Amino acid sequence: MMNNILVLPMLLPIIVGVLLIFLRTYGRIQAWISLIAMALTAGISGYLLQKVQTDGIIRLDFGGWEPPFGILFVADSFAVLLVLTSSIITAICLSYALISTSKELQTMYFYPTVLFLIAGVNGSFLTGDLFNLFVCFEVMLLSSYVLLTLGNSKRQLREAIKYVSINIVSSWFFLVALAFLYGAIGTLNMAHLADRVAEVGQTPLLTTISIVFLIVFSLKAGLLLYFWLPGSYSSPPIVTSALFGALLTKVGIYALFRVFSLIFHHQPEITHTVIGIMAALTLIGGSLGAISFNDLRSIAAYNVVVAVGFILVGLAIATPAAIEGSIYYIIHDMVAKALLFLLIGTMITLSGTSKMAGMSGLMKNYPLLGWSFFIAMLSLAGIPPLSGFIGKVLISSAAIDNGSYVLLALSLLSSIFVLYSLLRVFKNCFWGETIVSKEEQLPLRRGVLIPCLVLVGLTILIGLGTEIMSPYVTDAAETLVNPSVYIDAVLGKIQ
Amino acid sequence: MNINDVILKTVSKAVVLIILTFGIYLFFSGHNQPGGGFIGGLVIASAFVLMFLSYDSETVSEALPIDFKKLSGLGVLLAMTSGIAPMFLGGAFLSQSFGYFDLPIFGKTELATVTIFEAGIALTVIGVVVNIILSISEDE
Repeated sequence: MMNNILVLPMLLPIIVGVLLIFLRTYGRIQAWISLIAMALTAGISGYLLQKVQTDGIIRLDFGGWEPPFGILFVADSFAVLLVLTSSIITAICLSYALISTSKELQTMYFYPTVLFLIAGVNGSFLTGDLFNLFVCFEVMLLSSYVLLTLGNSKRQLREAIKYVSINIVSSWFFLVALAFLYGAIGTLNMAHLADRVAEVGQTPLLTTISIVFLIVFSLKAGLLLYFWLPGSYSSPPIVTSALFGALLTKVGIYALFRVFSLIFHHQPEITHTVIGIMAALTLIGGSLGAISFNDLRSIAAYNVVVAVGFILVGLAIATPAAIEGSIYYIIHDMVAKALLFLLIGTMITLSGTSKMAGMSGLMKNYPLLGWSFFIAMLSLAGIPPLSGFIGKVLISSAAIDNGSYVLLALSLLSSIFVLYSLLRVFKNCFWGETIVSKEEQLPLRRGVLIPCLVLVGLTILIGLGTEIMSPYVTDAAETLVNPSVYIDAVLGKIQ
Repeated sequence: MNINDVILKTVSKAVVLIILTFGIYLFFSGHNQPGGGFIGGLVIASAFVLMFLSYDSETVSEALPIDFKKLSGLGVLLAMTSGIAPMFLGGAFLSQSFGYFDLPIFGKTELATVTIFEAGIALTVIGVVVNIILSISEDE
């Protein structure tokens, strides 16, 4: 019964978040408490990751109800890696908020909402029940609605209406898909579902249901159906954008990986081909978007889209190496996107505009900021020894082995587009004539760059420490490729 | 507002009592029959909303000095506590237990820890629903 620790990554943020509601007026205390809570959560996830390596997949049956009758949390390496990364990223984003955000935002339930958001995210990663996944999605989405509208600017409200309506529609689709699946299979426990689908074979009906799930998760992940993403990710305060860009799409991606590697993996010529096509189109659309805007935040938002396409290429190929590459890339992308958004946010605060035309020669005044941006750019483009490299190599070589040359070409081209889009920002904003003189420049607030530097450090560390990470990632990929490991771990007792 | 609402006020005085009774009945009938914290909470919240509708919100706030935002927070805490407590007693998260006790008036009664959990849910639902209605009505 020591598995109770499994619920803590979701429980701890919720409890602390609720307690913070009672401390509404104390902005800074809230920030510190939530920071400590996230650090604790990250520590617990690190411990869990280690535990999964030694004990294998662990599960917690809520209230002692055994699967498939009760709901449960399941921790395998894939889920825990993501929980760990997202907890760390949230802690870093919170520290950025602590340093830079206005007091107004802090007392309007910003911190409790962020904690509820991360509770939903962690819950989605850990749950072993499809309906529970829906619930955790809703927890996450409700918090994101609040975060998106917090700040109350006209643009935010306009984007929030789109975001909320698209997500309500997709949640409805999610429910419908769940109902279909429950009607067809008679269970919603993921392992049990996987077992039964394997038993009866993935009939055309089930494949159709799986396509509904594909649509739902694609909407959340921004796979092809990303039309809502650039607007809503570029309008809220920068910390919120960083959290959204780093975490929210990843939850959709996680769900896609889980569902299409565990449950619906028997008809890859249909489902995985569709995913491949969608990923290809996402890469094209995202790349074009990334180079066609002058607004920094839109460029960053389209970079999120490109990454989604790239990660899903790995799922479309679905060989162990490709999956492994995707996992590396998800982790890298969480770090790098948070970094990119925070840096861009700092640039916008310093220059007072989000248009590229309004910035020039920032390098002279803020060299540290400039070089951090440079590293973020290289990391996103996948240049060794930074964190983006290993994922790109693995996915590309898997694409070659698999003969998926179109996907290979598109994913490599997309890297060039990413590099170009950010190089353009770098050239226009950091190089060139300095518009503001040394005397007039806004002072960079003390400490604002610390969270960014931590993230820069992380992206370098992940790149250099691939060797250390590889056992965890290999284990995660192993479990995804062999669903029986997961199924046995969950249903072991009754079989 | 010069609408003559004597009838509304008089009727709601009686109806609120009935609704509250029904809500509490639903809450307790919870875990064996249709009902429970969520539904009971909704019904009780509807009684509050009716009060806010028929009287003005200042009068009601004076009679019921409750911060509904904090009430919902308290509810979540209560529900979570009932889930966490078994973790310290060697059970799984959210484990529940029940037993039969001889109480003075009720006789042999089933008491279950799930009631605490449900009470948390009920408080949360009341807090959230009333809060939503109040937020909408406050807006100009």
